[in-house]
This record gives sequence, C-alpha cells and structure tokens, in this order.
Amino acid sequence: MAVPLSHALALALALFAIGLLGLLLRRNLLFMLLSLEVMLNAAGLAFVAAGSHWGQVEGQLMFVLVLSLAAAEVAVGLALALLIWRRQHTLDVDSLRSLRAGEAEA
Amino acid sequence: MSAALLLVQFAPLLGAALLLGLRGLPRAAIAPIGVGSVAIAALAWAWLLQAWLAQSGFGAAAEMAQAPSLHVPLWTWIAVEGFTVGLALQLDGLALTMVGVITGIGALIHLYASWYMREDPALRRFFAYMNLFVAAMLLLVLADDLLGLYLGWEGVGLCSYLLIGFWAQEPANAAAARKAFVTTRVGDTLLAIGLLLLWREFGTLHIDSLLAAAPARWGATPADPTLLLVCLLLLGGAVGKSAQLPLQAWLPDAMAGPTPVSALIHAATMVTAGVYLIARLHPLYALSPTALLVVGWVGALTLLLAAGAALVQRDIKRILAYSTISQIGYMFLALGAGAYAAAIFHMYTHAFFKALLFLAAGSVISALHHEQDLFRMGGLARKLPWACAAFVAGGAALAAVPWISAGFYSKDAILFAAWAGPTRAWWVLGVAGALLTGLYTFRLIFIAFTRPAPADAPQAHDAGDWRERLPLGLLILGALGAGFVSLPARYSLPLEDIPHPTALLLAQLACGLAGIALAWWLYQRRGLRDAQVRGWRAWARAGWGFDALYGALLVRPWQALAEANRRDVVDRAYAGLAGGAQALHRLVSRTQTASLRQYAQAFAAGLILLLAWALWQGPASRLASEVAPDVDSAAESAAGSPLRSPGGSTAASGPGPVTAPGTASAAEPSAATALAADRDTMPLAARGAGG
Repeated sequence: MAVPLSHALALALALFAIGLLGLLLRRNLLFMLLSLEVMLNAAGLAFVAAGSHWGQVEGQLMFVLVLSLAAAEVAVGLALALLIWRRQHTLDVDSLRSLRAGEAEA
Repeated sequence: MSAALLLVQFAPLLGAALLLGLRGLPRAAIAPIGVGSVAIAALAWAWLLQAWLAQSGFGAAAEMAQAPSLHVPLWTWIAVEGFTVGLALQLDGLALTMVGVITGIGALIHLYASWYMREDPALRRFFAYMNLFVAAMLLLVLADDLLGLYLGWEGVGLCSYLLIGFWAQEPANAAAARKAFVTTRVGDTLLAIGLLLLWREFGTLHIDSLLAAAPARWGATPADPTLLLVCLLLLGGAVGKSAQLPLQAWLPDAMAGPTPVSALIHAATMVTAGVYLIARLHPLYALSPTALLVVGWVGALTLLLAAGAALVQRDIKRILAYSTISQIGYMFLALGAGAYAAAIFHMYTHAFFKALLFLAAGSVISALHHEQDLFRMGGLARKLPWACAAFVAGGAALAAVPWISAGFYSKDAILFAAWAGPTRAWWVLGVAGALLTGLYTFRLIFIAFTRPAPADAPQAHDAGDWRERLPLGLLILGALGAGFVSLPARYSLPLEDIPHPTALLLAQLACGLAGIALAWWLYQRRGLRDAQVRGWRAWARAGWGFDALYGALLVRPWQALAEANRRDVVDRAYAGLAGGAQALHRLVSRTQTASLRQYAQAFAAGLILLLAWALWQGPASRLASEVAPDVDSAAESAAGSPLRSPGGSTAASGPGPVTAPGTASAAEPSAATALAADRDTMPLAARGAGG
C-alpha cells in the first residue's frame, strides 16, 4: 500500500521506454539483449504492481512466466551471439546484413 | 463355352499388352505374337461356333425362338448411387457373326500384314495397335451394356487414329489421322448424348433391359419426339463411324494408313460398327418409322454419291474407299427398310470381298514401289497373277456378278428389301448404284490389269510369299462362296418375309452386268484415258465438294478464330493478375533489408501504432459498454421514448442520436463512440417506432 499503482506503472513505463530506446539505438548485440531484458522486467513489474493493486495472485504468476521466458530467450540469444562472434569477430548487428541472400559475404 | 469367349476377348488384348510392354522384344517374335493372338481368338471363335450350333440344333427352324445366348459377367465397372454398370460379354447370333468376321478376317489380314510390313522399323508398334484394335472391336460387339459398347467404340476410334497416322513423319498422313479423329468425334458426341438420353429415360444402359422396356414406353406413340431424338442421335454416331453422309469425308483420306489397316479397319470391321449398332438396337428403331426412313435415305443417298465419286478417282485405294462408303450405304438402306438380317449379311460378305480387294491393292502397290495412281498401271495380269485373281474375284463380288459371287446374294437381298420398303425411290437409287458399282470396279480392273501399260508405268516385281498368298487365297474363296452360308445372326434378328419377284431380279442383274459391260467398252475397247477432268467429274473427284464446304464453313473460320486469339484474350486478365501480384511482391520484398535494427524499429513503430489505436479505441468502447452494458437495449429504450422528448429517459446511456448532437459533449470520446455504435441500430429502431 505504500506505493500507489500509478507510481509503479510509471516506473514500468519508464523502464520499458529505456529498454526500447536501448534496443533501437545500440548496435552491439549484447546490449540489445540486455535492453530486451530491461523491457521484459518492465512488463513483469507492471504485472506485479497490478496484481498487488487488485489483490490478485495472477500478477505474480505472470511474472514467473515472464522470468522463465526471459531465461529461455537469453539462452538462445547468447548462443546466437556467441556464434556470430565466432563467425564475424564483431557483435555489430549491422554486420549481419551480409546474411542477406545475393549479397557478398563481408 | 465361357472360357472360349474369354479367350476370344482377351487373347488380342494380351497380345497388345505384350507388344506394348516388352520394349526389347526381338524382331522375330513380334509378328508371331501379333498374328498369333488374333489367330488364337479365331480358333476360339471356331470352337464357340460349333458349340453354339450344336446347342441350337444346327439351325433347325423350330428352335430359332430359343437361340442360345451366352452371358459372361466380368466385373462391375461403375457402381455409384443408383447407377451401376457391369462389364459383361454377351454372345448371341449377331455377336457371333461379328466376332467371326473380326477374328477370322482379322487373323488373315494380320498374317498378310506380317508380309506387307516386313521391312517397317516400327513393326512392334504396328502390331500392338492392330491387336488393340481387334480387342476394342470385340468389346464393341460383345458388350451387353451400351456403355461397354461405347468403350469399345472409342477404343476402335483411337486405334483407327493411331494407325491412319502410323507414318506420321509425312504431315499429310498426320492431317488425315486428325481429320478422321475429329470427324468421327462429331458422331461419337451425338452417340454419347443419345446414350445419356436413354439413361434419363430408362435408368439403365443394359441393352437387353433397354430393348425390353422400350416398347412399353413408346410402343403406342411412334411419333414421340424423345424416341425420334434418341434414334437420330444414335444414327449420328453410326453415321460418323461408318462414314455416311454427311460425315463421310474422312474415309477417303484415311487411306493414308498402311494398306492392311485400310483392309481391317476401314473396310471390314470398324466402319461397319454403325451398321452393327443399329442392328443391335433394331427393336428401338422398329418403334419409330420416321427414324428408319431417315436411316434409309442416308444410305440411299450415300451409296449413289460415293459410287459416283469412286468412278473418277485415280488413286486405287481411294476408289476402294469410296466403294466402301457406297457399300455401307447399301447396308444402311437395308436397315432403313427394316431388313436387318440383310444388312448384316451384306456386312459379312462385304468384309470378305473388300478386305480381299484391299489386300490385293496392297500387293499391287507393294509390287509397284508404292505407286497408287491407276493411270500409271497396266498389264499387271501377267506379272501379278495372284493380285489379278484376287481383284477379279473381289470385283465380281463387289459388282454382284450373279450366282458365283457372295456379293450377289447379299446385294440382291438388300435391293428386294428396298423394293418392299416405304418408297420405290430407294430401289431406283440402289439399282443405279449397282450399275455404277460394276462400272467403277471393272474400270479399275481393266485399266490396271488387262490394258497395256502406259510408257511411264513403274516396273512391277512380285515379292509375295506364302504370308501374302494364303490370305489372298482364302479370301478369294470367301468372296466367291461366303454367300452360301446361313448366318447365325439370323437367329438374333427378325426374319423378314420379302418377296423376290423375278422381274426385279432380272432388272438388278441387267444393271450390274451392264455396268461391267460399259466398263469393258469404255476402258478396254476404247481405251479411255484420264485426260484433264473438268465439270462434274472434277467435282466428283473432290468428293462432291464436301471437303471444300466443310473447310469454308467450319475449318477456316475456326482457324481464323484461333489465329485471332493466338495471344489468348481471356488469358490477359489472368496474366494481369499474376503481374500485379508479382509487382506487389517486389514492393513488399524491399522491406526485407536484413538489417536487424530496421526490423526492431519497424517492430517498435508497429507496437506504438497498435497501442495508440488500442488506447484510442479499446478503452473508449469499454467505457461506453460499462456505462450502458447493452447497446441494443439502450437503442430500444431510446426508441421506446418519444422521439421528440429532449434527452433520453436514461441520460447515462448517452443522448440518443435523434435528439442528441447538440447536447452530447463531443469532446468525450466515449460518447462519440457510443454514438458511432448506435448509428447502426438506430434508424431501424426509429423506423419501427414510426410505424
């Protein structure tokens, strides 16, 4: 009861915006993954806050789901990042354009 | 007996399958398989014949009523709701006669073909088609169901097409094959429509049930238009297959095929399928005098026109082709006069002498290195004695030389029937045709065999062996003696009692012999040559202009249409559709840039748009439905209240649109959407209230 719902939602919104901006602005794949994590956590925070506000347990349940999703996503994402590093020796996502069919490999 | 019948049907089919299937067959094995399969069928037929005769008491007249009929069911061909077609073989007297002609004469022609085609590289293909033809023709005459008959009907049409175009390297041969196929297709389509009509009327195509049911249906109403239509449609099929007016134009061109093919398909068997069809369905035709009249007139006109055209041809095979059309015209004349047995009898003798004439023509053509022009032949009697004997015997039968030839008995039976028929004009046309027959037949014989050879004639050299001589010899016997045999077909067809006045007989005899005498005088004595033909003779040589007529009426307009449409007008629309889809696809595929950041940007932009839309639309409508949970009830309540009452009775539901716009606070989105939601239902409710 200490924190009003609107404050928590505002924080979630802020976090989500930060994550989104990070995703859009960074070129390094690792940082893009981190930004994704921030966005996921913003969503999780909104769930928990809403669940607490309405006195419902589903908010926390959804957070657990988001958490496990995030774990899975990180596992795949990091594996991909590792492979890309091995292949390109850079994590700049713009270098991935060379995967496009018909274009010469960089 | 059933086993023998199955052997008759399936031996040629097996032969065709072997020849088609075994690509690496040694050349020496091809002819024995091809000839052997048909010979086996012929032997099986001979056995069937003696068994059948024994069963019928060797033709004792008293037992004709219970003439035996053998029925061998094979399998169910089609079985859908309410429509079952079983494939079964049925052997009665008529079928027994037809099978005898097909397998007996077929085997002789196959044997001859193994000599005639001895140097052809595509021997396997040739015998495969020939065996397939025999199998299809047997199915045509043995099927107990009109659909099975139709299967055989189309099968022989296909084989005819394949064999006319056997030497398709020559474009003219391929064109002749196409012409034959398309022209007979016209008749086949009519036949198919006739079968559909019969099916609609009776719900079955089983021949015996059909013929049993027809008198009850139409017996009292011979003028029933459906009956006439069915008969005429079936006649259309017969006319196409048997090359009668007006679909006769394909047969002379069909001579482009190898000569044994002409003998088997275009003289002895396939072209008489139309005669068989009408004879098989004669109880149906007997119900409709009008249809029979049409059949008779088709035959009478065809026989005369074709005989006239035969008179002026130069190509010996074309003479024989026109003669075949003419003789089948006699058969149709007999059918039209109701003398079905006479028609089948003539079909049977004609098969002998016309096959003989074609095979003899093949020997001549082969000896002269593929020379077919009559006026480049002469004096062949000494060089080709076998061919000459065959031509004289076959020609005598064709011209109905009295007593010693088979054609005499069958043609006279037809002429007597024509005399007794509905109009005497048939007899006159038939007798005139007999005169022309004698004339054109012996014109051919005198010019080719007895007249001295012209200077530019190719040297004849006889390369025949026993494979040529045996069929010729047996067919000579048949052409002379086949008329003495009483046919099993008589047991299946009504025996008509036709008077044979002696005066008529003498008139007919005189006409036939006069034709021969005239031929002797014109071509032997006066040595008439084929100078530049003009006038009616040029017209007759071109088959009375039917080709030109059809060309102008049908072929050329069609070709012009095809030419005009070569870029396919209809296809343009579809091409445009495809082009548009491709352009759109190219446009959309440009968004696929392979840049992860652009994808993320698009994602984010889409998300923002979606959120914006949802924020603008979603909560607003939810708010509206929270305030007034049921839009319909709100509308009803608004309608229920008097239209002019200011504000709604339920002010919370938002003011009704009729009274509303001024009072609604347009700034509040919920009210605006509620308004939008109400707009659909409101006018209806308002109308209901007004009424």
